[in-house]
Amino acid sequence: MSHLAVIFKREFASYFVTPVAYVFILVFLVLSSAFTFYLGQFYERGQADLQPFFNFHPWLYLFLVPAVSMRLWSEERKSGSIELLLTLPITLWEAILGKFLAAWAFGGLALIGTFPIWLTVAYLGEPDNGAIMGSYVGSWLMAGAFLAIGCCMSALTKSQIIAFILSGTTCLLFVLAGFPLVLNFFEGWVPVMMLDLIAGLSVIAHFTSISKGVLALTDLIYFVSMIILWLFFTRLMLIIKSAD
Amino acid sequence: MIQVNQLTKQFGGAAVVKDLSFEVAAGAVLGFLGPNGAGKSTTMKMLTGFLAPSSGSAKINGFDIQSERQAAQAEIGYLPEGAPCYEEMTVYRFLHFIAEIRGFRGREIAHSIDRVLERVSLNAVLDQRIETLSKGFKRRVGLAQALIHDPRVLILDEPTDGLDPNQKHQVREMIRSLSDEKIVIISTHILEEVSAVCSRAMIINKGEIVMDNTPEALAELAPEHESVSLMIQDLDPQEVASALSLLPESDRVVLDPDGRVTVFPKSIGSPLLGAVQSLVAAHEWRVVSMVQHRGQLDAVFRAATEGGAG
Repeated sequence: MSHLAVIFKREFASYFVTPVAYVFILVFLVLSSAFTFYLGQFYERGQADLQPFFNFHPWLYLFLVPAVSMRLWSEERKSGSIELLLTLPITLWEAILGKFLAAWAFGGLALIGTFPIWLTVAYLGEPDNGAIMGSYVGSWLMAGAFLAIGCCMSALTKSQIIAFILSGTTCLLFVLAGFPLVLNFFEGWVPVMMLDLIAGLSVIAHFTSISKGVLALTDLIYFVSMIILWLFFTRLMLIIKSAD
Repeated sequence: MIQVNQLTKQFGGAAVVKDLSFEVAAGAVLGFLGPNGAGKSTTMKMLTGFLAPSSGSAKINGFDIQSERQAAQAEIGYLPEGAPCYEEMTVYRFLHFIAEIRGFRGREIAHSIDRVLERVSLNAVLDQRIETLSKGFKRRVGLAQALIHDPRVLILDEPTDGLDPNQKHQVREMIRSLSDEKIVIISTHILEEVSAVCSRAMIINKGEIVMDNTPEALAELAPEHESVSLMIQDLDPQEVASALSLLPESDRVVLDPDGRVTVFPKSIGSPLLGAVQSLVAAHEWRVVSMVQHRGQLDAVFRAATEGGAG
C-alpha cells in the first residue's frame, strides 16, 4: 500500500472515531431534505427531477464543507502532530492528497446518504436517472472544489475557527462571483474582459447546468482545475508556514 | 554518521541558528544543551527535514536532508518536542499507522510493534485512546513511534520534559540501552541528564556552539572542580585557612560562615588533596569532614550561556 493510501485510511477512519461525522451526516441529510421539500417546493412543482434538491447544494456546502475541512491542517498545527507527519518519509503531496481525498470521500459518503430522495422521485414519477447521476457527480466535484479551498485555509492557521471563517468567506466569494453584488464592485474600473473572467469563476454559473443534469466539459474542467489550483496553494502555504 | 555543515536558519532576518557545523559518529549519544530559545529545537527540526535551512546542509548517513529528504528521513526516528501524536487513535492503531508509513507490510507490522513494545512498556494501554493517557504514557508512545523501524539515528527533543523522576529514569535507561551502532541526539536543559546518558555534550547559545566535549571534560571546566572542603574540630577556621593558603598547590581559599574551609587548586590534576591530607596529619587536626568536589555542569553551563536568550 502506498503512503497515500495509508494516510487516506488513517484520515478517513479519524472521522468516525468521534460522533462528529455522524452529526455532520445527519445535519446534511436533514438540511438538504428540508431545503428541497420546503424551500424548493419539490411536490408543488410537479416535476419528476431533483433540481430543487441540487439547487441548494452550493449554499449548503458554503458552511458544511468548511466544517469538514477546517480541521485538516489546523488541528495538526495546533497539536504539533504536523511535525510528526512531515518528518515521516513521505512527500508533501502524499500528505496533502491523502487528507484531501479522505475528506472528499467523506463528503461523497454524506452525498450518497441522500439516496432516499432519489427513490422518492423515482417512486413518484419517471425521472431521467442519467441526469440525476450527472448532478450527483457535479455536486461531488463542487464539494471537492470547496474542500480544496478549505484545505488551503486550514493550512494557514492553527485555529479551526479562523480556518472555518476564511474558507466560508472564500467559498462565498466564488459562489457570488457571477452576482451583481460582486460584479458591481468591479464594474467600471476593471476591463470588461476581466469582468467576464470574474463572472466566469462563479460556482453558481457552473453548477446551474449541472443541477439540471447537464454535465458539460467546461464545468468539469472548472471544478477539477479549482481543486488542483487550491491544492497547489495548500502546498505553498504549508511550505511557507512550516516555520511557525 | 551525521554531518552538519554551516547550517543556518533565519526567521524574519534574525538568525536563530548560525553557521552550525559538527559531525556525529555512530555510537555517540549527543546532548544538545542550551537555554530556552538557544536554537536546539530549530536545529533538530532542520536535521529531520521539517524546516528547510536558510543556508548550509546536513547529511544523515550520507543522505542530504534537502535533496534526498525521504531517504534521510527513513534513517531517522524523531520525537518532536512535547511528543505530539494523533490523540484520537488508540496506541495500537497509531503504532500500526506509523509502521505502515515506515514501509512495514502484513506480518512485519505486528512484528515491528511487538519489538518496540519490548523496549517501551505500553502493553497495558494498547487499546486505549492516546488522549486518555497520562503524560508519561504519552511520552512513551512518542518514543515507541520513533523506535518502530529500529532507526540508526534517533533524534529526541526533550524526551524527559515534564516526566516524574521514575519516568525520567526509565527513559534514560532506555536511551542507554540502545545499541552502540546508533546515533542518538537528545536536547535538554536538564544538566544531570547529560551527565547521565550522553557521551558528548554540546552547549548551544544564541544559535552557536559555545562548547563541545564529553560531559566529564566540560565539568572539569567548573571552578569548583577538584577543590577540597574541610571542617576541623576545636580550631579557629581562620587558622586552617591561613595554613591551607600556604600550600604551593593552593590557588585561593574560601571561608564559609559555618566554619567550612574550601581550597581551590591552581591547576587540574594537581596533588592538592594529598597535600591537604599531609597538612592535616602534620598538625594532627581532628577532621569533621573532608570532601573533594567534582565540577558540576551547571556552573559551566551558566558561564557559557549567561546573558543568553531568555
